[in-house]
Amino acid sequence: MSVIEITQTVDAKGLSCPLPIVRTAQATKALPSGAVIEVLATDAGSVKDFAAWSKATGNELIEHSVDGGVYRFVIRRK
Amino acid sequence: MTTATMDAPVIAPAVQPVPETAAEVRPKEFLIINYSGDLEKIWASMIMASTSAAMGVRTRVFVTFWGLQAFVKDDRRVTGQNWMQKMLAVMQRPGISHRKLSKMDFFGMGPWMMRKLAAQYHVASPKELLEAAQAMGVEFIPCQMTMDMFGLKPEDMIEGMGEPVGAATVIGLLTEDSVPLFI
Repeated sequence: MSVIEITQTVDAKGLSCPLPIVRTAQATKALPSGAVIEVLATDAGSVKDFAAWSKATGNELIEHSVDGGVYRFVIRRK
Repeated sequence: MTTATMDAPVIAPAVQPVPETAAEVRPKEFLIINYSGDLEKIWASMIMASTSAAMGVRTRVFVTFWGLQAFVKDDRRVTGQNWMQKMLAVMQRPGISHRKLSKMDFFGMGPWMMRKLAAQYHVASPKELLEAAQAMGVEFIPCQMTMDMFGLKPEDMIEGMGEPVGAATVIGLLTEDSVPLFI
């Protein structure tokens, strides 16, 4: 398994739409290209939202998983 | 009546799969014409504006009529020059944190409950979303005509507002790649 170095973690647990996306977009903007962001969220809508956001902005969704109701998204900044 | 059985309702799946082959037309610009000052509509407007900016779409919000009242600084109590303008501000306190619901306002009881629920479910307030939107570069453009009619001065408005303009300027902002939304 390759190890991906996480530059920053956005804790969006408990936050409702659209804050997980808004907070992630704000964090992403402040980082250099290629930086990797990990997002933790509990909003069930975020699975589709992160896929849509990644597609629209070109920031790559490297992986996503769910563990005990917490969704985890790993994104590489464009 | 006979013992007719009810037809089982046809329930469509909540999420329709998006065909991969569908042609995608992505708007490059999003223009919200924010006419209403009602709490629920300002809220919707701020959700759409902040999300669209987060999606990398250039976003502008033209604030006009009752919508303009929401972008007056929260601490301004009475705005306007003449008694009618002042009375309007007294009847509907300006500022994004003092919005009323269009229905079920019940002298502030409705908005109070909405705020309670929003806090309980960690839904961002319109003010919080406005700040996020501004931080992400959403442009807020006030309507000159409404500024005049309500007797509002640039210093009454929140920080970071654009130059007041007219309808022609706003229509002129529209391109083939933009999506306008009237709220």
